[in-house]
Amino acid sequence: MEENQGVWVFIEVNDGTIEGVSLELLGAGRKLADKLEVPLSGVMLGEGVMPLANEVIYAGADQVYVVDHPVLKNYRTESYMKGVCVLAEKYKPEIFLYGATPNGKDLASAVATDLSTGLTADTTMLDVDVEKRLLEASRPAFGGNIMATILCKKHRPQMATVRPKVMKALETDEGRKGVIIEEELELREEDMRTKVLKIVKDVTKKASLAEAHVIVAGGKGLGDIQGFQLIHELAEVIGASVGGTRDVVEAGWLKHEQQIGQTGETVTPKIYFAIGISGAIQHVEGMKNSELIIAINKDPNAPIFDVATYGIVGDAMEIVPKLIKQFKELSKEKGGEMSYV
Amino acid sequence: MHIVVCVKQVPDTKIIKINPKTNTLDRRSAPAILNPYDAHAVQEAVKIKNKTGGTISVLSMGPPQAVAVIKKSVEIGADQGYLISDRAFAGADTLATSYALSKALEKISKDNPIDLVICGKHAIDGDTGQVGPGIARRLDIPPITNVIEVSEVNEGEKHVHIKRKQIDGYEVIQSQLPCLLTVEKEINDIEYAPLTNMINAARYEPVIWSVNDLEDVDKTQLGLKGSPTIVGKMFSPPKLEGGKRIEGNSDSQVEQLMGILMERKDLLKIKTANS
Repeated sequence: MEENQGVWVFIEVNDGTIEGVSLELLGAGRKLADKLEVPLSGVMLGEGVMPLANEVIYAGADQVYVVDHPVLKNYRTESYMKGVCVLAEKYKPEIFLYGATPNGKDLASAVATDLSTGLTADTTMLDVDVEKRLLEASRPAFGGNIMATILCKKHRPQMATVRPKVMKALETDEGRKGVIIEEELELREEDMRTKVLKIVKDVTKKASLAEAHVIVAGGKGLGDIQGFQLIHELAEVIGASVGGTRDVVEAGWLKHEQQIGQTGETVTPKIYFAIGISGAIQHVEGMKNSELIIAINKDPNAPIFDVATYGIVGDAMEIVPKLIKQFKELSKEKGGEMSYV
Repeated sequence: MHIVVCVKQVPDTKIIKINPKTNTLDRRSAPAILNPYDAHAVQEAVKIKNKTGGTISVLSMGPPQAVAVIKKSVEIGADQGYLISDRAFAGADTLATSYALSKALEKISKDNPIDLVICGKHAIDGDTGQVGPGIARRLDIPPITNVIEVSEVNEGEKHVHIKRKQIDGYEVIQSQLPCLLTVEKEINDIEYAPLTNMINAARYEPVIWSVNDLEDVDKTQLGLKGSPTIVGKMFSPPKLEGGKRIEGNSDSQVEQLMGILMERKDLLKIKTANS
């Protein structure tokens, strides 16, 4: 176990671009590596990914392991797992982080099983006990009501998947120097039991929440599906995207993909309206990094006010229609439609 | 076609209460239910069986009362169920859980080879999604996670076509059988069970295995002993710093808010007819 050293980040590449969460993890990994006084490495697999290696260094890594192979063209558990396991067994990292994306979680689960080590899912806070060289991976537990710090004392590497948009990427520094290590791997297409037949991108969906500039989100406090119409109306008037809590999705007021929170989307808009949302940690985890948060809720003690930049204690049924009216007048006055920078 | 669905009994986390003094879970406060994603997994097995014929088995690990989720699965349409229940399994994390379940699957497969394993995307009490892929690795079959559609099951060619949800869309994957799927909720709607299923379920008694009923088991890989992860501590989520309250009556509140938004031109831009 003592021989395990260094912090690793799995670099997820989709469509020739590094996923945002991988850059965020390089930022978070940098801090852990500095505390432990070890190098930070990126691990990147794919076909034609070599030109991206420098970006990994610019984003904070000291070195990048690259496996560039035609069999790795698209993500597949079996091929990626093999590549990652070979590298991990050869170089023995002590900490290994993955983005909690569909592929990141899939890969990490398979790798953890093969390396017989511990894996913490959907981490939202990371720290390290330098003396014991222990990763402290904290995550919301039991539906998000409480946080639990998970430790992996006797197995290496210590692995965690980390939710997108909860860690901060470093400023890109093109002056950073690092080492690129290309690894040869024996992979044969005929050994693969799965094939990716088709990839279908639904860009509108991704843009609608994860990349929205303004989001109007509603919770159970709106009473019923009729009350929830106010959310749609306000969003329509200001050109925002609509989101909601797990409760409203389960009540059938919104589609699953519009759920914001730990088990839904993590969002970071410029402006976030939280209306009739009490602010359970499960939801807060998914939106707390928004730039400006405006909360409207009847209950003055609602935890959402602990996160809100501006809080209005009051009845959404009364306030939101007035807000809609104001925005309508404003856009009429200006003779145009509303948009956001 | 032999489909095995792995199911878990979970506390209903929507209702669960946390004791604020001890920061522990008050299990009595929440009813135990079949993990909602697993219900969709059983339903999907029923859909596939309706096309291909065959048998659906369900497998669970848990305390004796977990037979309830196997009965529930029989109500949805499973043919038979197995519960592995033993103190030796207690305290298992995802690594140890996938080991125990894979040993039970090996035993089930001896009598009737398994073509397809289906799991829910994750359990709502643990939210990890790690057990499914873990089982697949141990059985050395391909895992396909985040499945939103099983579009083709070709028994002759021994393969399936699967739609798998991705960050920004989906992909279509062909996999050899046997393989393991973990399913999203949108894969299907849970249908009302016919009365005969409900009667069958009420009378059904699943097979219960202890650790000694399983074969070639390395007991050091089970339960707490076989779990590399432990909970170091539990704590309330950190308080974030709340901002300003906007006071006054609703008219004044709305007016103040509009003022604030107009001042934040860096965030908000009103496009005018001239600009």
